Amino acid sequence: MLVVAGARALAGRRVCFVGIGLPNIAVALAQRTVAPEIELVYESGVYGARPARLPLSIGDPCLVTGATAAMSMVELFGYYLQGGLVDVGFLGAAQLDRFGNINTTVIGDYGQPKVRLPGSGGACEIAINAGEVFVLMRQSARSFVERIDFRTSPGNLGGAALRAAQGWQGRGPSVVVTDLGRYGFDPDTGEMVLAAIHPGVRVEDVRAATGWDLRVADDLQVTPDPTAEELRLIREELDPDGVYVRG
Amino acid sequence: MAEDKVASMRDAVAELVRDGDTVAIEGFTHLIGFAAGHEVIRQRRRDLTLCRLTPDVVYDQMIGAGVARKLVFSWMGNPGVGSLHAIRRRVEHHDPAPLELEEYSHFGMVGRYAAGASNLPFWPLRSYFETDLPRVNPNIRPVASPFGGEPVFAVPPLRPDVAIVHAQRADAAGDTQIWGLTGCQKEAAFAAQRVLVVVEELVDEEVVRADPNRTLIPGIKVDAVVVCPRGAHPSYAQGYYDRDNRFYLEWDRISRDPEALAAWLDEWVHGTRDHAEYVEKLGAERWAELTPAPALSGPVDYGDYR
Repeated sequence: MLVVAGARALAGRRVCFVGIGLPNIAVALAQRTVAPEIELVYESGVYGARPARLPLSIGDPCLVTGATAAMSMVELFGYYLQGGLVDVGFLGAAQLDRFGNINTTVIGDYGQPKVRLPGSGGACEIAINAGEVFVLMRQSARSFVERIDFRTSPGNLGGAALRAAQGWQGRGPSVVVTDLGRYGFDPDTGEMVLAAIHPGVRVEDVRAATGWDLRVADDLQVTPDPTAEELRLIREELDPDGVYVRG
Repeated sequence: MAEDKVASMRDAVAELVRDGDTVAIEGFTHLIGFAAGHEVIRQRRRDLTLCRLTPDVVYDQMIGAGVARKLVFSWMGNPGVGSLHAIRRRVEHHDPAPLELEEYSHFGMVGRYAAGASNLPFWPLRSYFETDLPRVNPNIRPVASPFGGEPVFAVPPLRPDVAIVHAQRADAAGDTQIWGLTGCQKEAAFAAQRVLVVVEELVDEEVVRADPNRTLIPGIKVDAVVVCPRGAHPSYAQGYYDRDNRFYLEWDRISRDPEALAAWLDEWVHGTRDHAEYVEKLGAERWAELTPAPALSGPVDYGDYR
């Protein structure tokens, strides 16, 4: 459901910067369903990828074969991302707060971490320079937290007005998709609002997996079930070995 | 006649990589210099500062083997698999010793090499605003533009003592060509004092001159050329072999256990004379699985202007 809802959120988007992990399969599904015209950008230095198989990583050789362009990372980050060509940055997160600020650096204290996470990669500059940011992650009270341990990539900071005052090229986070539901952001406060729950999930399940007092949209939706075609693509074409998606 | 820089891996590493050096082995998922990294382990270098955007399995192996005291990076992980356990043990538990970290984002690291390569005092970028990264790394500093407008962040040049680049092909003078992902190998090589190029194939100078757009590094920047087919395994070389994902998955298990890691190093690095023996030990069947079908680029016409 996480992958399917993530893919659907890309409908109508033109240029997507693909982060490592789950975003990888979500964009591959989107390219085959709701967004056939989407151009995939990978920080490894690829624009316009048409991968013939599901990439094992964001630097997989299948991203280069048949792509529109392969370039150095100076060009990728400088001309494509900072130059303003990327509509959507698709990121993962270990911790997220109510304003969509992202931690992928450490759990605990930086100098003496409980868990050392990968770090920024390109996420910090994507969060600032991509037109908007989608976050795709598994949700629990440990990952949806009141206060993140380290701010790796900025979301709406302490609120929408604070983000807007920065004058950055990117508008910030607009969609968060988890295994429980899909969220939008209140344009006035910059706070996450639960917009849809996935089939079989109850609002109280979502509250229990959220570390703050969660806001729920008045017109809360239920995510439509995955279509037979979406399931077929994931199970038979994209991830037959269940690398990304179990069950 | 151009200088012949072809050397054995043993001699090239012995001469170009010294204890205490700042070493960059780049290659973004593609063309990672594993064979060179293994030779550094075999020769038991110490106190290295290892630089790399994405410390992955090769740096986990090197750091697990004890060659490094410091890591300069922007994303650490076993790509598509999970964590690097040898590095995490040193960071989280100081086991067997602490590891100093100096951390940037990808564009910050790329910009540091680019500043080093072009002899600039810093590289400006639109990143790091309102994050904790400048707080933990004083080398990331805000700077005002002399032409007005909003501030940007600056990172200092990175000038490694030695850069190691794995490539598809080079000629004996070190003129080096790469296709597929080029990461920031060009920037790292131009920024470095010494450059070691490791190639899948040694080619005639005419092959390079027939396709100058594909040249990443000219021989004038290169100190030694080592011919080492399949030297990027378990990473891949576009058009030559695929990533050996089975090994990346196995490494997750090996590196969780310090004893298993030491046993792996003994068997596959110290226990092999050179990379050719490592390649042979992997077996022909494994290599057959990793060989892609061809997908040739169309030729272009540069024109003959005599």
